[in-house]
Amino acid sequence: MRVPPWLLSDRAGLVLLAVLAVLGIGVPALNLLTPPDHPLHLTAYTVTLLGKYLCYALLAVSIDLVWGYMGILSLGHAAFFALGGYCFGMYLMRQIGTRGVYGDPVLPDFMVFLNWKELPWYWHGFDSFGFAALMVLVAPGLLAFVFGWFAFRSRVSGVYLSIITQALTYALMLAFFRNEMGFGGNNGLTDFKDVLGVPLHDDGTRVVLFVLSALTLAGGYLLCRWLVSTRMGRVLVAIRDSEDRARFLGYRVEQVKVLVFALSAMLAGVAGALYVPQVGIINPGEFAPLNSIEAVIWVAVGGRGTLIGAVIGAVLVNYAKTWLTGALPEVWLFALGGLFVAVTVLLPYGLIGLLRRKEKAA
Amino acid sequence: MSEWVSELDAAGLHTPVGPVDATHGILLYLEDVSVSFDGFKAIDKLSLYIGDGELRCIIGPNGAGKTTMMDIITGKTKPNSGRVFFGQTIDLLKLDEPAIARIGIGRKFQKPTVIEPLTVLENLELAMSGAKRLRGLLSTRLSGEERDRIGAVLERIGLSEHGGRRAGILAHGQKQWLEIGMLLMQEPRLLLVDEPVAGMTPAEMERTAELLRSLAGAHSVVVVEHDMGFVRSIADRVTVLHQGRVLAEGRLEELQVDPMVIEVYLGAGDAYH
Repeated sequence: MRVPPWLLSDRAGLVLLAVLAVLGIGVPALNLLTPPDHPLHLTAYTVTLLGKYLCYALLAVSIDLVWGYMGILSLGHAAFFALGGYCFGMYLMRQIGTRGVYGDPVLPDFMVFLNWKELPWYWHGFDSFGFAALMVLVAPGLLAFVFGWFAFRSRVSGVYLSIITQALTYALMLAFFRNEMGFGGNNGLTDFKDVLGVPLHDDGTRVVLFVLSALTLAGGYLLCRWLVSTRMGRVLVAIRDSEDRARFLGYRVEQVKVLVFALSAMLAGVAGALYVPQVGIINPGEFAPLNSIEAVIWVAVGGRGTLIGAVIGAVLVNYAKTWLTGALPEVWLFALGGLFVAVTVLLPYGLIGLLRRKEKAA
Repeated sequence: MSEWVSELDAAGLHTPVGPVDATHGILLYLEDVSVSFDGFKAIDKLSLYIGDGELRCIIGPNGAGKTTMMDIITGKTKPNSGRVFFGQTIDLLKLDEPAIARIGIGRKFQKPTVIEPLTVLENLELAMSGAKRLRGLLSTRLSGEERDRIGAVLERIGLSEHGGRRAGILAHGQKQWLEIGMLLMQEPRLLLVDEPVAGMTPAEMERTAELLRSLAGAHSVVVVEHDMGFVRSIADRVTVLHQGRVLAEGRLEELQVDPMVIEVYLGAGDAYH
């Protein structure tokens, strides 16, 4: 197989693919092939934690595509992530079958509890994996398309657009909190048992989900890298740096924006769909505005407009979060805020910018 | 029309012949155009005709409506009344900015607007006509013919040796030429050029004058400029705008002795030396 030139010249991307390949083979091996008391044994908990980081990394890549390349600072991308998660969660709910507390073969527990007699229309089809997987793409993509269609056509941009993306995710959070919406309200969707007939909590399933997360991150990264290396990528940069210039060159700026925004939302949705089976729950808290802001901070820390920086930032910040929320839980939010200020002031191009500067100086 | 085609062919440029009908010798019509912002009449019953292949300079004091006029032609601002036609048949008021750009009207901004993180070549590629459909946008390489087109424009704007450099590190004058090159990649019939020599050295101004003069004939060129020396060096005809209207039109030498023009614009005496 011949490596296309756009990938060959992306050294950081090749390193990422190599790291993901090593993880994709090494992590399953250390989990499945070593006995639990072996010093190198990875627990199922660790495998799942790493898988979660990879899902976050894909979310970060999707944000970097619209923010770093096209200049749209979305402070609502976690909404697309959560929507993807809910779509897959609905499939997992239907897989429970009669094993729920109430033993209803069709209705999930929370619906029985609410005294609902039949499945709402929008739950139909989610017993099929294929349909659910399709909806993981369609639901966030469609929301982003409709939202972008109105916002970009009215030429809402800059900080105003960021604010309405916040409003979008906040509105969705409030809606999903309501029991009448039919998504489990406050508790969300949980108590999953199987995926494709295989028990979700088996080590083998967790390993497969981890490997799938690694593969999907690789795929998402490659898709974005390819896109930004085409002419379309240069159009995105033109839109970011001088929207009017792009328009007077004959580009339909609004169309490009809405398409790429929807594509990015779909990537975020896929990340959410892989996240939910690994953490075992999706609830309206995932729509919280803070989540979207956190994800933007990952990208800023890693270095926006680089794609690879998004991956690095997501993994590092989340590793720090895991550690800090365990060791000093009350400090985490201050640390996150401080980190964002520090990066904005000291490292406008993030860690990747720092590395490139070092490289040039050497 | 055929001259236009053959000249572009000579420059190695691909020439889709648009449906622009300039058979009456006029490429751009503005008739009775008015626009006001919050009661202020930026353009007041402006009528202006640009001939096919003509090089026209537009001068006028600040606030005369020069930039607003360009905004109207390129679709950025819609006038309250009046007619704007490209050739006999194309009503520009019905089109938006990208559509107007695609039928052959290119605009250079006052402040050089090139995409700084991209290389000179990439900037020209970005502007290339015919590459704006989705399939063209998703390719990662140039065809031989496209490479030739870009090469021809690079040579024309004198940046052949700088193709691989980032546009952001070009000198000010080079950025202006690059932007003109980007317009040429669009294969326009009409170029609107806003203050091309602001901030240029005399040598750069001389090269810019040459470049614009070489474009006339194959293209119609409308130049808004403050620098009278520069206007004198390029223009056949000059239009003086004042308070959103055409105050006078003619050869620069005639205008310089027109008492009305002297009063509103050239009055300071040293303004044009």
